[in-house]
Amino acid sequence: METNINVGEPEKKLTAKDFASDVDVKWCPGCGDYSILAQVQRTSPDFGEKIENIVWVSGIGCSSRFPYYMNTYGFHTIHGRAAAIATGVKLANPKLQVWVATGDGDMLSIGGNHFIHACRKNVNLKVLMFNNRIYGLTKGQYSPTSEKGKVTKSSPYGTVDWPFNAIKLATSSGATFVARSLDRDTKHLQEMITRASKHKGLAFIEIYQNCPIFNDGAFSSLTEKETKSDNVILLEHGKPLVFGANKDKGIKLDGFNPVIIDLNDGVHSINDCFVHDEFDENPTRVFLLARFTDLPGFPAPIGVFRQYHKTTYDDDYAKQIETVKAQKGIGTYEKLMLSNNMWEVK
Amino acid sequence: MEKTVQVVEDVTVRFAGDSGDGMQLTGSQFTDTAAILGNDIGTLPDFPAEIRAPAGSLAGVSGYQLHFSSSDIQTPGDSPDVLVAMNPAALKVNLKDLKPNATVIVNTNAFDAKNLRLANYDTNPLEDGSLSAYNVISVELTKLTMTALEGIDLSIKDKDKCKNFFALGIMYWMYNRPIDITDKWLESKFKKKPEVLAANKKALQAGYNYGETTEIFTTRYDVKPAKLPAGTYRNVSGNEAAALGFITASLKSGLPLFLGSYPITPASEILQELSKYKDYGVITFQAEDEISGICSAIGAAFTGSLAITSTSGPGLSLKMEAAGLAVMTELPLVIIDVQRGGPSTGLPTKTEQADLLQAMYGRHGEAPVVILAAQSPADCFYMSVEAARIALKYMVPVILLTDGYLAFGSEPLKIPKFEELPEIDIKFRTEKEGYYPYLRDENLVRPWAVPGTPGLEHRLGGLEKKDVYGYISYEAANHEIMIKNRKQKVDNVQKLIPDLRVDGDQQGELLVLTWGSTYGATTEAINNIRKKGFKASHAHLRYLNPFPKNLGELLGSFKKILLPELNTGQLAFLVRSTFLKDVIQLNKLQGQPFKVAEIEHKIIEVLGGSNGN
Ligand code: SF4
Repeated sequence: METNINVGEPEKKLTAKDFASDVDVKWCPGCGDYSILAQVQRTSPDFGEKIENIVWVSGIGCSSRFPYYMNTYGFHTIHGRAAAIATGVKLANPKLQVWVATGDGDMLSIGGNHFIHACRKNVNLKVLMFNNRIYGLTKGQYSPTSEKGKVTKSSPYGTVDWPFNAIKLATSSGATFVARSLDRDTKHLQEMITRASKHKGLAFIEIYQNCPIFNDGAFSSLTEKETKSDNVILLEHGKPLVFGANKDKGIKLDGFNPVIIDLNDGVHSINDCFVHDEFDENPTRVFLLARFTDLPGFPAPIGVFRQYHKTTYDDDYAKQIETVKAQKGIGTYEKLMLSNNMWEVK
Repeated sequence: MEKTVQVVEDVTVRFAGDSGDGMQLTGSQFTDTAAILGNDIGTLPDFPAEIRAPAGSLAGVSGYQLHFSSSDIQTPGDSPDVLVAMNPAALKVNLKDLKPNATVIVNTNAFDAKNLRLANYDTNPLEDGSLSAYNVISVELTKLTMTALEGIDLSIKDKDKCKNFFALGIMYWMYNRPIDITDKWLESKFKKKPEVLAANKKALQAGYNYGETTEIFTTRYDVKPAKLPAGTYRNVSGNEAAALGFITASLKSGLPLFLGSYPITPASEILQELSKYKDYGVITFQAEDEISGICSAIGAAFTGSLAITSTSGPGLSLKMEAAGLAVMTELPLVIIDVQRGGPSTGLPTKTEQADLLQAMYGRHGEAPVVILAAQSPADCFYMSVEAARIALKYMVPVILLTDGYLAFGSEPLKIPKFEELPEIDIKFRTEKEGYYPYLRDENLVRPWAVPGTPGLEHRLGGLEKKDVYGYISYEAANHEIMIKNRKQKVDNVQKLIPDLRVDGDQQGELLVLTWGSTYGATTEAINNIRKKGFKASHAHLRYLNPFPKNLGELLGSFKKILLPELNTGQLAFLVRSTFLKDVIQLNKLQGQPFKVAEIEHKIIEVLGGSNGN
C-alpha cells in the first residue's frame, strides 16, 4: 500500500498549552472560532511535528486572526492570499508543516484563484476553512457561501447569488483530502484535524462555524440536540449512510440520485443503503454526497468525503531538483558564467 | 573579379521581415559571431506584440538591429548602414530609419502584387526609382535558396524557411565574418533533425558563396576587434543578465533562490532562464497570477530564501498590495520590473521608463521601498546582485527597474571574478536570549528568524506591530514610530551605496542627468558633443531611492540640468520635489529608446547652439 502519511518524531510529548500563544484571544463571545482554536491546540501534539516546524498562515477575516493565537511560526497575510503565501513557504522549505486558517470570503471569494490552484497542484498544505456564510470582520455582508435569498446588510432585499459548494469546489480542483466538520462537534472536529495532519497532499476541511453576531444560528439545526440527528449524517468509511435519532433513516441511490428511505417501513433495510468509501478515487461519490446540502430535506454530511494519494507539488519539485543536480552536478559560479558565445580579450 | 576589403570602424545593420521569417534568430546569430570576433556590440530587437501577425502586413514586420564596432559603443546605433528587407512591408517600415546612401538588400521574390498591396505600395519601389538614393542590391533570395536546397528531402515550406540563413550568409561574406560559429550553433540546435540541419547549413554556405562569386558585390567590409579591457566576455541580453545576477547573489549569500512569477512580456525570459538552473537549487514557481507570484516569494522570504518576483508594469500594479505586506513585515524581497509602454496593455513589446513613480509611490499607505535601475543589458547582472544584496542586508523590498530595450537588447559582459563581486553575508537569528521580532540594529534592521528555528516562534502580519516586540498594536504614537522606522531604514541604505560620479567637470554650465536605459545614448551623445567642442557633464543614477547622498550638492554645482527620460518627466518630478531644483526635460514616448542624435541636438540647443569658439 502507498503510504500517504507524514512521518516525524517529536522529542517530548507536548500538550495543548505548548501551542497556545500568550496573546489575548479577541473573537466575540460565543464565536465558533474559539472551539476550532481549542481543538487545534488539543490535537497539535499529535501532529508529529516539533513546534518550530509548524507554520500557520492566514489571510484576512475573523478566522485569519488564528495564527496570532498559536505558539508556532505564523503569518497573518493579506486578504485572499493565504494559499499563495503558504505555497511559497512549503515549496521553499518542504520540511515545514504548513497550515492555512481561512474563511469562506477569504478563500472562496477574493482568494478563489489561489485556492483552486493550490488544490490543483496538490501542495502539501492543510487548509481549515471556517465557513460562517457571512462576512464577519466587515460587519455582516453576504459571502459566497450565503444561501440564495439571504438578507444581509449588503442584500436588504435578499441575495440573488447562488452559493458555492466548497466540497465540490475543492474536489473538482484536485484536493486529495476533503472533509467537513462542525465547530460544536469537538470530538469529530479533533478527529478531522488529526487526520488532515497525517495526510500528505492538500487537505481541506470545511468547518461550519457559527457567527453569533452576524449570522447566528446558521448551523443550529446541525448542532442543536433536538434537530441534529435528523439534519446531520456522519460519513464513516465502509458504513452505510444512516441517520435520524433512532438510526431509522437511510440514503439509497436511485440511479445517480440519492433518496431518503425509511428503514422501518418494512420495505427497506440497511442493506439498501449507500455505503461510504472514503478511499474511492472516483470523485463521483463526493459530488453525490456534497449535493445533499443543496437538496431540501437532506442531512448535511460530515466526515471525510474522500482521501486519496497523488504525489505532491512540493515533493515532485524537490525530486526534480535532486535529479537535475545528480545529472549535472552542483552548480558553481564558473559553470554558471560559461556559455558557448564566450571569447577572450587579451 | 578581385574584390576589395575596406576597413570601417563601426557598422549598424538591421534585419527585417515577417514575424515568421526568423529575423530575431538571424540577428542574434550575426551578433554572436561579431561578439566572438571581439567587436563591441549593441543590439535592439523590435518586434510586434502579435506572435504571427498576418504574413506580409506592415503590422507583422519584425526587426533586429545590431551595432558592431572596433571602438567602445553604448547603443544599438541610431540609423542602419545596411537593411536586409525580406519583403515589401519590411522595406516600407524601415526605410525611413536608414542612413543616406545606405545599402538595402531585398528579396525580390517577395515583391509580388499581393505583398506590394499588403505593404500599401501602388507601384513596385524596386522599379519606380523611389529607392535611387540607396544602394539597392536585389537578390532572388527565395529562388536561390530553393535551388541551393535541391535534393534535400524537405517540403517546399520548410526549405523556404531557410532563406534567412541564405541572407545571413551574404551578410557574413559582406562583413568578412566566418560562418562556422553559426554552423556550430545549427549543429547543436538541429542535432535530431538532420535534414533541417543540412538545409540551413547549405543555405548559409550558398549565401556566402553568392557574395563571393556574383558581380553585384564589389566590396567587403571589415570591422576590427574592439580594444576592450582584457578578460573573458560573453554576450548577454538584459533578461539573461538579470537571471545570472540573481543566481550569483544566491551563490554569494548561500541562500536558495526562489522566483515566484507569472509570464508577462517583456519579463518572461527571466522566469524561463531561471527555470533552467535546477542544478543550482533554483525554485521557479510559475504562479497562477501576478499576485501569487509575489505572495509565494514573500512566503519563501519568510522561510529564509533569496526571494524574487519578476514582472512588467501591469503586473507591478497587481503586486502592489503584497509589496505593502513585505514593507510591513520587513522581509527581503526583490521585485524586478521590466518596464514596457503603458498604461494598461499599452505597448507590450516596446520600451518605456514610465513605472518610476509607480515604484516610488504606487502602494497604499506610507510604504517606502528601495529602487534601483540598470543602465545597460550587462548592468542588469550587476544590479540584480546589488538588489539582492540590499534586500537581504536591510530586510527590505527592493524594486529593480529595467525595461524592454535592456531586456531584449544585448552587449558583451566582461565576466567578473566571483571574488570581485560584493560579499552578501547573511546571518539568521538563532539565539533565543533577548529575541524580539522587531528589535532593530544600528541600521534599524530587524532580525531574520526563520521557521524551523527552535524558540523563536513568532507571528508576522500586515497589522501594525508594536515597536521592538512585534505584537499587534493600534497605539497612535507607535504607528508613527514604526512609519518613521521603515522610512529611515530605507534612507539608511544610502550608507551602502556609492556616491554619484560625474563624467566631465564637477561643476559648470550643464549636467545631463540620466537613469536606466538612457545611459547608452547619452554617453555617446556626450562623447559626440565633446568632439565638436561643446562642454557638458554627465551623471547617471542607478540608485533612485534613496538617491546617492551627494546628488543634491552636485545638482547645485551646475547652472542647468538636462534630464532625458522615456516618460513625461518622472525623475524630473522627483528631482524637483526633493531638491527644489528645476530641470530641463527631454521626453520621448514612442516605445523606442532615444537616438544619440536626439540627445545630442538637445544638449547643443540647451548650450545655446554654440561651442563658444
Ligand atoms: S464577527 Fe462573527 S465570526 Fe467574527 S469574531 Fe465575531 S462572532 Fe466570530
